[in-house]
Amino acid sequence: MAELEMIPIYIMGKRYQVPNTLTIMGALEYAGYQLIRGVGCRASFCGACATVYRQEGDPKLYIGLACGTLVQPGMYLTQIPFYPAERAQYRLEELPPTFATLVRLYPQLLKCLGCGTCTKSCPQDLKVKDYMAAAMRGDIARVADLSFDCIMCGMCVSRCPAEEAQPNIAILARRLYGRYLAPKAQHLAQRVAEINAGKHDEALAQMKAITDAEMRQRYNTRDIEPE
Amino acid sequence: MKLEGYTPSMRESLDRVVAGRPARLHTDWPMLSPAEKQEILRKFHPDYVPEGMRALRLGPNKGGRTPVELAALLEGHSWLRGAKLDLEDVDFDSDVLIIGGGGAGSAAALTAREQGAKVLMITKLRHGDANTMMAQGGIQASDKENDSPARHYLDVIGGGHFSNDPDLVEALVRDAPEVILWLENLGCMFDKAPDGTLITIHGGGTSRKRMHSARDYSGAEIMRALRDEVRSYPEDITVVEFAPAIELLMDDKGQVAGAVLQNLETEEHAIVRARQTIIATGGSGRLHYMSYACTNHYGATGDGLIMAYRIGARLAFIDTMQYHPTGAAYPEQIIGLLVTEKVRGLGAQVLNIHGEQFVFPRETRDVEASAIIREVKERGNGVKTPSGFEGVWLDSPMVDILHGPGTVQKELPAMVRQFRRFGVDIVHDPMLVYPTLHYQNGGIAIRPDCTTDFPGLLVAGEASGGVHGRNRLMGNSLLDVTVFGRRAGRTAGAQFRNMQLGKLTLAHVDAWEKELAVAGVETDVQSPLILPDYTRHGR
Repeated sequence: MAELEMIPIYIMGKRYQVPNTLTIMGALEYAGYQLIRGVGCRASFCGACATVYRQEGDPKLYIGLACGTLVQPGMYLTQIPFYPAERAQYRLEELPPTFATLVRLYPQLLKCLGCGTCTKSCPQDLKVKDYMAAAMRGDIARVADLSFDCIMCGMCVSRCPAEEAQPNIAILARRLYGRYLAPKAQHLAQRVAEINAGKHDEALAQMKAITDAEMRQRYNTRDIEPE
Repeated sequence: MKLEGYTPSMRESLDRVVAGRPARLHTDWPMLSPAEKQEILRKFHPDYVPEGMRALRLGPNKGGRTPVELAALLEGHSWLRGAKLDLEDVDFDSDVLIIGGGGAGSAAALTAREQGAKVLMITKLRHGDANTMMAQGGIQASDKENDSPARHYLDVIGGGHFSNDPDLVEALVRDAPEVILWLENLGCMFDKAPDGTLITIHGGGTSRKRMHSARDYSGAEIMRALRDEVRSYPEDITVVEFAPAIELLMDDKGQVAGAVLQNLETEEHAIVRARQTIIATGGSGRLHYMSYACTNHYGATGDGLIMAYRIGARLAFIDTMQYHPTGAAYPEQIIGLLVTEKVRGLGAQVLNIHGEQFVFPRETRDVEASAIIREVKERGNGVKTPSGFEGVWLDSPMVDILHGPGTVQKELPAMVRQFRRFGVDIVHDPMLVYPTLHYQNGGIAIRPDCTTDFPGLLVAGEASGGVHGRNRLMGNSLLDVTVFGRRAGRTAGAQFRNMQLGKLTLAHVDAWEKELAVAGVETDVQSPLILPDYTRHGR
């Protein structure tokens, strides 16, 4: 049985006693905060709850998601629910999927120092520096792959000495890759053309017209594609 | 607190799981017969627990079974009772108002814009803070040679226990391939083979492999792309965050004509006048029906249902909720967190404390969840955790054995990360799971073009009801939000020019208060809820 123990934490410098089994988010709520900012999906998908913290006796700053990080005794913490990263204006359908596009929209890209502070600050443990390096080489596919799990919390931006907008460069790269560079699904376009040509109308109309009893019969005896 | 993975007593059970694995690796427990499915649902599904539901005392669904938590809010008072608002002092005038900034709202904004509408999208938290962002497993569409919209239709209707609205289902399956193509063109990175063929797998209740995914960030990938696309049109689409709608506005002709917003940070009200209003507020898992933990976004409090019901809109299938079979049961910090159905889609089996199978791994969600509840509550075959919670094993290491080393990491990176944060390695150890409240099967009744009985009011996504009947299949909610979001936007975009608005009014709020009195409802509840209260002093 895990010991339930009350521990001190410091929320924006103010001390609270909270159970040691809580996440930072749970601890904020336990302390009495009705969260509006700094809370979202509560499951590490949305990037709303990025939190900067430090442990007692350790000068190093850590970054974690409040919903995905356990409290520890003596933790000093503050949430950073929003960070004003630059986002370029563009229409995806007008963009060539090239290095020139990345640089035109985000000229700052070329000023990346390669210091790796972004990688150290990523609560998803992404190799941010590596995808920025790929962006500087114009390797859009690599940027897309390495940045895929980005939740756009903005913490890399907050720590970047070159004032890069890494998550926005990354989503531009992913969208360029998805639209232009990934191989197209031919069977998909073909099925859409069939549907638009009315080729599935009759089968659908027939399916809708059958009796409830026949529908059940068909459903219960339908063949299932093997694994 | 140190994280140590599983406890020694849990390890004893895990030893049995590992020992039995070779023998069951290629042999799934058989599927239940139709009669057995009905019986297990009646006996074990939370929808059938009598104390969980009660009859509504007023409104269009008067007498209808409704979850007690939702009923209390539906029968609540307006926040604007007695408020003095100057409805002539309009803060936002818009062709189309979209309430909700998730997948359905964003899809609607884009298609309404295409039709030339100026769109105001308002959202309770941030744009993209929605259940769409959290959907992991995938999105269905019949785009393979051996599949067809008609076959998808049959699976949807059967999965919904033959109760679904046929016209809505037809719309869902007919538009599905087109929606995938649309998303592909928006730059969504669906999982593909090198030749571009979309990789598709089974979900619970599918007869063909038609589940498309983007690793296990499928919903996030779709939501990120939609949000980025919305941000590409700031001149046509205005997004206002942290400003939930708290009441619909009507005009003196009985048409829906906008909404009253509340700025969550300054508490100021704002008046929105709109010629078309689309409710895309999502579900209500944060009401914690039957005291279940839930997978939902913090803002999923059913606000759209409350506002629509107050003007007299009818709800459909509101007595059925989806309990996802596999929510995390351990460690306690993530109880209720979604464990994607893709894990079972990739072949992982569900096992009891003895390491034995007791259910086919890919029954429809309601049946699978009921079987797990039976195994734990009736048969006593659950695995106990230190905090007193119980669950069953989901044998994730099977995935690498069946599909090759590295598959779990490649296909389920979010799950690996989630569990690793709390000391569990799902590549080598199974996950402990128990059903968790996941989805609102029903909602506001709509037509296939997303219109309702009220001129000016449309609904799309989880807030609507009818397409899924009494049980939604995996992969049909991302499909629902995109198909019906686009349809709502198209309809609103086509209709707004012909809408002549009269004088704005909140007379329906006064009428509602009178109805409450007539029905003898005495309550302190004000609704919509807006946010759940998890503070210690609020609990």
